[in-house]
Amino acid sequence: MTIGRARFAFTVLAFGYAFLYLPLALVILYSFNESRLVTVWAGFSTKWWVALFHNEAMLDAAWLSLRIGLASATLSTLLGLAAGYALARVPRFTGRTLFASLVVAPMVMPEVVMGISMLLLFVGSDQLLGGPERGFLTITIGHVTFSLAFVAIVVQARLADFDRTLEEAAMDLGATPWTTFRTVTLPLLMPALASGWLLAFTLSLDDLILTQFVAGAQSQTLPMRVYSSVRLGVDPQINVLATIIVAIAASALIASALLTRRSRVHSRTT
Amino acid sequence: MRFVIALPFAWLAVFFLLPLILVLGLSFGTNAPDLAPPVELGVSFASFKLLFTDDLYLAAWLSSLRIAAVSTLGTLLLGYPMAYAIARARPSLRPLLLTLVILPFWTSFLIRVYAWMGLLSENGILNQFLRWSGLSSHPGTILGTEWAVHLGIVYAYLPFMVLPLYSSLEKLDWSLLEAASDLGARPLPAFLTVTLPLSLPGIIAGCLMVFIPAVGEFVIPDLLGGTRTLMIGKVLWDEFFTNSDWPLASAVAICLLILLVGPIVIFQRHQQRSLERT
Repeated sequence: MTIGRARFAFTVLAFGYAFLYLPLALVILYSFNESRLVTVWAGFSTKWWVALFHNEAMLDAAWLSLRIGLASATLSTLLGLAAGYALARVPRFTGRTLFASLVVAPMVMPEVVMGISMLLLFVGSDQLLGGPERGFLTITIGHVTFSLAFVAIVVQARLADFDRTLEEAAMDLGATPWTTFRTVTLPLLMPALASGWLLAFTLSLDDLILTQFVAGAQSQTLPMRVYSSVRLGVDPQINVLATIIVAIAASALIASALLTRRSRVHSRTT
Repeated sequence: MRFVIALPFAWLAVFFLLPLILVLGLSFGTNAPDLAPPVELGVSFASFKLLFTDDLYLAAWLSSLRIAAVSTLGTLLLGYPMAYAIARARPSLRPLLLTLVILPFWTSFLIRVYAWMGLLSENGILNQFLRWSGLSSHPGTILGTEWAVHLGIVYAYLPFMVLPLYSSLEKLDWSLLEAASDLGARPLPAFLTVTLPLSLPGIIAGCLMVFIPAVGEFVIPDLLGGTRTLMIGKVLWDEFFTNSDWPLASAVAICLLILLVGPIVIFQRHQQRSLERT
């Protein structure tokens, strides 16, 4: 019975992980392919790697995406912190129900709907106010709007299982609410804020649909580039890009796993 | 304190709520290709009427719902055993196993869909394998069919299914299962009467997290489904970008919202309740 169950579990996981990783493994393998055809193996080559690093349009797009990612992740972390704090700590204020739904709604809103609605807003403000110009700013605003929800959820969850006696102790010892927040609450929230920031950054780097709507004619982010290239069929340079992205994600995850393990060991020994 | 609430509130009101109101307003306008932007405001139900009378749009609605439902079921059938196996693995192994499920999510969505293009195309790796292994000498092409869309959705959304399932299975009191088997229940009935009902919250959350975005999905049907696969997200995109019919695209958006409002509200209630429980 137990042996049967262990074998079942092993089979399920082996199949599941093969399904998750085989397609990515093949994409990575074919980034080193000699042939232009992504499906025929014609020997080892790094020429697509060289080609990608000389692809100006792709590099420009990557740079734009990176800047938008940094700006939108930082802004949505600040707004998400405020929203999560309000939801967790202020039980009653005017419009709280509306506010709570507004915070989480972008998480589940179909992205095509968010895309068209934000574009209409920017077209409208262009008509009435003559701006903002579509590009970096409008894309950043769009990304902040959907990713602040994720930060708010993380912050709210962290504050919910939070030892409030620490804050009360600080207040009893005469700290002002602001000092308490700065010296007690904020440091304890740091891990939540870091993971919220990282999530917002990743979502921003990866977003295609909303971006395509609000980007305007001049700006092209990395996903927009990839999309227009991929629509025409498979392209070995995209395989190279995929390999780089997988490598970054994997090393970031390994680093964060090592860090949490070290801090856990650290807190156990001290 | 007021400032802390007002800042995100104002942001969401201006950049989320107001745009939705604009879409609603525009969906009653009429298409005016000579104007810039190409819309004439007014109170016309023409776009909605077209959506509900034209066979093409009706087919797109139905196939979106069907594709999303079938893919959600597929994700559940693959995700449930995985979540179950992870929840019953040694505690020291669980974080690693979970991380392995989430890792693809941290790479690019577009890249993950792209990965299947090379696999499923006519001379793709899958067909080469089928020919080489002698399993099929003339395999059909999966790319460009609904099957490819199903595969793509299951692949892309699997983490969203496994995570909530795992968190409800992990909290499960396994001694209940032992009690059931002590009382003579065989494994399958014990699973159906004990494990399955107790993991229902996870099943609901996971299914909604896959179904809701899948209905409005654009990238997967566009890249894997070919021209024959109709999905409403693609219709909205084409009406907007290709036909420049903004009122019709807005009407599609409004209908999509009305269609999804039920599942979304259930999901939010659920989310709120599980947050309050922790």
